[in-house]
Amino acid sequence: MFIVKYIKDVFSGLKSLAVGLRRTLYYFTHHKEIITQQYPDNRETLHLPERFKGEVVMLHDENNEHACTGCTACELACPNATIKIITKFDISPEGKKKKAIDKFVYHLELCTMCNLCIVACPTDAIKMAQTFEHSVYNRADLTKVLNKPGSKIREGVE
Amino acid sequence: MLSFSNISKSIDSGLRATFDATWTMVIEMVIAGVCVISLFAILGLVLVLMERKVSAWMQIRLGPNRVGPKGMLQSLADTVKLLVKEGMTPDGADKFLFNLAPFIAIIVAMLLMAPIAFAKDFQLWDMNIGVLYVSAVSSLMVISILMAGWASNNKYSLMGAMRSGAQIVSYELSAGLSILSIVVLTGSLNLNDIILSQANGWWIFKGHIPVMIAFIIFIIAVTAETNRAPFDLAEAESELTAGFHTEYSGMKFALFFLAEYVNVFIVCAIGATLFFGGWMPFHIGHWEGFNQVMDFIPSSVWFFGKTFFLIFLIMWFRWTFPRLRIDQLLNLEWKYLLPISMFNLLLVTAMAILGWYF
Repeated sequence: MFIVKYIKDVFSGLKSLAVGLRRTLYYFTHHKEIITQQYPDNRETLHLPERFKGEVVMLHDENNEHACTGCTACELACPNATIKIITKFDISPEGKKKKAIDKFVYHLELCTMCNLCIVACPTDAIKMAQTFEHSVYNRADLTKVLNKPGSKIREGVE
Repeated sequence: MLSFSNISKSIDSGLRATFDATWTMVIEMVIAGVCVISLFAILGLVLVLMERKVSAWMQIRLGPNRVGPKGMLQSLADTVKLLVKEGMTPDGADKFLFNLAPFIAIIVAMLLMAPIAFAKDFQLWDMNIGVLYVSAVSSLMVISILMAGWASNNKYSLMGAMRSGAQIVSYELSAGLSILSIVVLTGSLNLNDIILSQANGWWIFKGHIPVMIAFIIFIIAVTAETNRAPFDLAEAESELTAGFHTEYSGMKFALFFLAEYVNVFIVCAIGATLFFGGWMPFHIGHWEGFNQVMDFIPSSVWFFGKTFFLIFLIMWFRWTFPRLRIDQLLNLEWKYLLPISMFNLLLVTAMAILGWYF
């Protein structure tokens, strides 16, 4: 029936509008829901969401060891050549040559924080940090070497 | 006792004692004009700030909070900025119409102030066709918008203006019909008579369901008439940059902006007058004590309280609903609002004849 459908339309329309109005009224009356961060004022108590991506860092443990094998999966995954891995060959005590990273070069100025390198990494050696105050006076300062000096690959990571 | 009507009466008698009738008239007109202009300025500042705060809280933001205590001077700072900006006129524009349009907008808003009763016995012009005057003058608003859109020599402006024309012409109908339902119940077009008829209860309570339907239709239609979201197709900043006022800057833009907010105030004042009893206090049947407490609150507080409640309602709509497309907009009016309001008018008429209201 046309008229039944018409009246049903009117009431379902009103009902759906009421749902929206209820939600905004809830937010209007509940100021604790406000998510705005007043950034420079609350630098100490700043709360960033879990998934916020600031820059790529390499994880080092207390023995200054990391998990990067130098497989260059991240370098291949990067859409705009932000990562450049320079490899070297370590000589193990048994006299075997083993590929390892010399420098993990990360160009922060080119990075779009797309997270593809972190997804591509097979050993979870790198991750996204939540730092975001990246401004520097010299462009060259944005080119970073992520592996700490003297660090080496953790035992057992292949 | 200090009230608006006493102040106006004492000013009037004071002037009459010193000047003759003609000069009294002239001076009173000047005073009224200055009052209206300052009310405009205050309304502009207050409503812009209110809108920004309401929108912020509804979108889980903080809103302006830097200029002055709790950001209360933000709109003042914006006004100063607009005052010192250059009012550009584009090269290809029709210079005369382009510069005239904002003034038409503000003059229409100013004319609409005339019949509104701000407090008990406090009205600029108590005319016997107040409701007709309001609905006639408010539709002049579209002329300034069309003028601005046409004179800008910009296709987006013209598109916005044409949309606004279609919108105002169609929504005028259902707004008029919902106003008529109150006129049917009251039997008078005089806004003062309408207020006085609500001494024993506001129409929204006395007229129960049909008047509530009329009120809902009224509030939808006036939201569309004042070109506010979800019916802000004339501006549609995501599609038409800013619609009819794309080319305006500085104070000329500010006049359009001010006219929009003043129009919101006026339609809410009319809504409060028709459905919520204007300055009439809230009374419940025979609760004498309660009624006397309510009478103690000044009539101007009642009027502005109700008006700002309705303004909040319209802002609430704006920050909840997404913008309609032009075809959806016209569908809503011609297929839903107009038939419902016509049927509702019939219902109200039957109710008025049979006396089925309180």
